[in-house]
Amino acid sequence: MKRHLAQAAVAAALSLAAPAFAQDFVTTSAAKTIPGTEGKDIYNAICSGCHMPDGTGATGAGHYPALAGNAMLEGPDYPIHMIIHGQKAMPPVGDVMTDDQIAAVVNYIRHDLGNAFEGETTAADVAAAR
Amino acid sequence: MSSQPKGMSRRDLLAMVGMAAGASAMYSAMAGMGYAGTSDYKGPVKLEGDPKGASVLVLGAGLAGMTAAYELRRAGYKVQILEYREKAGGRCWTLRSGDSYTELGGYTQKVGFAEGNYLNPGPWRIPSDHYAVLDYCKRFGVKLEPFMQVNYNAYVHNTEAFGGKPQRFKEIQADYRGQIAELLAKAVKQDKLDEAVTDEDAELLVASLKRYGVLNDDLEYVKSEKVSEHRGWEKQPGGGVGAEPVPSNIISLSDILKGKLWNNLITGESIDHQAAIFQPVGGMDMIAQAFEREVKDLITYNAKVIRYEGGENGVTATYVDAKAGGAEQTVSADYCICTIPFSVLGQIEHNFSAPMTAAIEDVYYESSIKVGLEFKRRFWEQDDHIYGGISYTNLPITLISYPSTNFFSDGPGVLLGTYSWGAAAYQFNAIAPEARIEKALEFGAQIHPQYRDEFSNGVAVAWHRVPWTLGCYGEWRDKEKHYPAATAMDQRTLMAGEHISFLPAWQEGAILSALNAIERLHKHIIG
Ligand SMILES: Cc1cc2nc3c(=O)[nH]c(=O)nc-3n(C[C@H](O)[C@H](O)[C@H](O)COP(=O)(O)OP(=O)(O)OC[C@H]3O[C@@H](n4cnc5c(N)ncnc54)[C@H](O)[C@@H]3O)c2cc1C
Ligand code: HEC
Repeated sequence: MKRHLAQAAVAAALSLAAPAFAQDFVTTSAAKTIPGTEGKDIYNAICSGCHMPDGTGATGAGHYPALAGNAMLEGPDYPIHMIIHGQKAMPPVGDVMTDDQIAAVVNYIRHDLGNAFEGETTAADVAAAR
Repeated sequence: MSSQPKGMSRRDLLAMVGMAAGASAMYSAMAGMGYAGTSDYKGPVKLEGDPKGASVLVLGAGLAGMTAAYELRRAGYKVQILEYREKAGGRCWTLRSGDSYTELGGYTQKVGFAEGNYLNPGPWRIPSDHYAVLDYCKRFGVKLEPFMQVNYNAYVHNTEAFGGKPQRFKEIQADYRGQIAELLAKAVKQDKLDEAVTDEDAELLVASLKRYGVLNDDLEYVKSEKVSEHRGWEKQPGGGVGAEPVPSNIISLSDILKGKLWNNLITGESIDHQAAIFQPVGGMDMIAQAFEREVKDLITYNAKVIRYEGGENGVTATYVDAKAGGAEQTVSADYCICTIPFSVLGQIEHNFSAPMTAAIEDVYYESSIKVGLEFKRRFWEQDDHIYGGISYTNLPITLISYPSTNFFSDGPGVLLGTYSWGAAAYQFNAIAPEARIEKALEFGAQIHPQYRDEFSNGVAVAWHRVPWTLGCYGEWRDKEKHYPAATAMDQRTLMAGEHISFLPAWQEGAILSALNAIERLHKHIIG
C-alpha cells in the first residue's frame, strides 16, 4: 500500500506543472517553458531581459554582451550551445525552452537583431546538441 | 520510495505524504532556494594573536564583506573595503519612499510608497536557527519582530480548481488532513495494513489518527462542531438571541486533490520557514545599516573593481568610479577577502589560478522577481481578515504576502504581489517594470478583486537586471567539483559570500562564509 500511495502522489506532483501554451505571458508559476513560437516573441520573453530588446546588452558592475552586430553569431552552433548550457553568468536558459523555441530564437538573432547571417536552424539541430 | 515496508508508523506516512507534496511545492514556492539547513554558528569569532599590522582588502560591502571587515579590524588588521554601490548592504536591501533604483537597461523606478512602507526586494525573513544573523542583530541592536509565514486565514488558489475561487488555507488544511486520516484509520481498522503495522501499533495509530484528523467515533471526518473549530464555521457563534454557530460543509478530498490545493500546505514547515521566524522592524536593510555604522569609515563607495592581481608580495585591486568612470585607481594590501558575486567576478580581469577561474566560471545566478504593490487601504485586513502570512496561487505571481507589521493601521499598505522563479521569473525579467507591475495586478486581482480600485503604486525588482549581482543567488553547475578550489587561498585571496556556503541564498550563508574565511586567513597569518 505504501508503494501505491507513493506512486500516485508522485504522479500527481509531476502533473502539477501545467504546460505554458503559446500565449504572450506564462500562465502559471510552475510553467516549465516560456511562451511563444515566433523568434522575436521568444527573444522578448527571455533573452531581452539580459541582452536588452535591441540586443545592445547592458553594463553595471557586471555586463551582458551585445548580440546585435555580433560576429560570434556567424554560425548557429555557438548560440545553440550558449542557450542550452549557458556560460559563466549566462544561465542554461534552454532549460525553460523547447527545441522549437531555441531554433526559432537562434534564427531571429542571426537573421535579425542587427545581424544578417545565413542558414536556417531547426529543432532537430537543437535536439542533436542537447 | 521503493523500500520494503517494515512497520508503517504515522511518521513514515506523514513523511511520505510530505515528500510528494514537497516535490512540487519546492518548484512553485521556493525552487532552488538552497538547502533547509541549520546553521553551524558557534558564537562570536575569536581571532587571538597579533596580526602585526597586516592589511586586508575586502571587495564588496554586502553582509559577507562587512562581517569580514568588522571582525578583522577588531582583531587588529588594517582593513579597507571597495564597494560598487553608493551604499552598503548588497542584497540585504530595502526600498522605501523616495528611493530610486536604476536597473540594467536603464529603467529607473522612483519609489512612491507612503512614509514607513517598504519592500524588501531580496531577503525578507530570518529563520530562528540562523544563529549568526540573529547574533549580529542582537549585538548591533537591530530590532526584530515576528514574520508571519503561515496564516490559516490566507488563501490557497488554483485557477483550475473551485472555479478559480480562492479557498481559505484552514479549510483545505483541515479537510485534507481529516480525510487522509479517515482513509488511513479505516484501512488499519479493516486490517488492510497488517503487514505494515503491528497489532499493538495499529490501535495506537487509530487513536492518534482520530485526534490528528478530528474524526468522530466511527472514524469519519464529517461536518460537525468539532471539525468547524478547525476549518471555520458556516455562521460564526455570537451572543444573545440567534447566536448559535452553524457548522460548515466539508470540501471533498477528491476536489482538494484535483485542485492541487495541498501543494503549499507544508511550505511553512521546513526548518527555514517554521515559526518562529523574524524580520527586522522597518525593513531588512536595518541589518545592513547596523553593519555599515560599524565599518563605514573603511568603505570606499562607488568603486567599481575592474582588475585584481595577487602575488607573493600582496594584492592590488584596480577600480574606477562606478558612475563617472574615468581614471583608474589602485588599492594594495597584504591579503584579500573577495565577496564580489562570481557572476561579476568572472567578468573582471584577474590572475587567479586555473582551478579558481574554473570555479568562478562554474556559477551562474538564478532568476527571481519581486513586485511590491502599495494599496490605499489594508483591504486584506479590513475586508478579508488576513493579518500577515502568505496566500499561494498557481498564477505566475506564485504568492501574495501580507505585511507582518503595523496591523490594523489606517492608510496605505504594501503587499508583496509577486515572488517567482523559473520560466515565470525570466519572463517578468524581460519586460519593463511598469509591465511587471501591471501583470502583478492582473493576476493578483483574481484573488483579491479589490486590487484595481485600491492600487496606488508599485516597484518591481527582477534580479537578473540588478547591476551588481546579475541574478538572485549563486547556482553551481558542479559544486562538488569546484567548491574545494573556490575555498582555497588563491593569489592571497579567500572568497566569501552566500555562494561559498552550504546555506546559499541566505544571509546566514554569507556571514558564515566570511567568518570561516577570516578564521582561516588569521591562522595563515599568525601561523
Ligand atoms: C530574492 C531574494 C530573496 C532572498 N531571501 C532571503 C531571506 O528571506 N533570508 C535570508 O537570510 N536571505 C535571503 N536571500 C539571500 C541573501 O540576500 C544573500 O545570501 C546575502 O545577502 C548575500 O550577501 P553577500 O555579502 O554574499 O553578497 P552581496 O550582498 O551581493 O554583496 C556583494 C557586494 O559586492 C558588490 N560588488 C559587486 N561587484 C562589484 C565590483 N565590481 N566592485 C566592487 N563591489 C562590487 C555589490 O555591490 C555588493 O554590495 C535572498 C536573496 C534574494 C535575491
Ligand atoms: C540571465 C541573463 C541572460 C539571459 C536571459 C540570456 N543571456 Fe545570453 N549571455 C548572458 C551573459 C552574462 C553572457 C556572457 C557569458 C560569458 O561571459 O561567457 C551571455 C552571452 C551570450 C552569447 C555569446 C555572446 C558572445 O559575444 O560571445 C549569446 C550568443 C547569447 N548570450 C545568446 C542568448 C540568447 C539567444 C538568449 C535567449 C534565449 C540569451 N542569451 C539569454 C546572459 C544572459
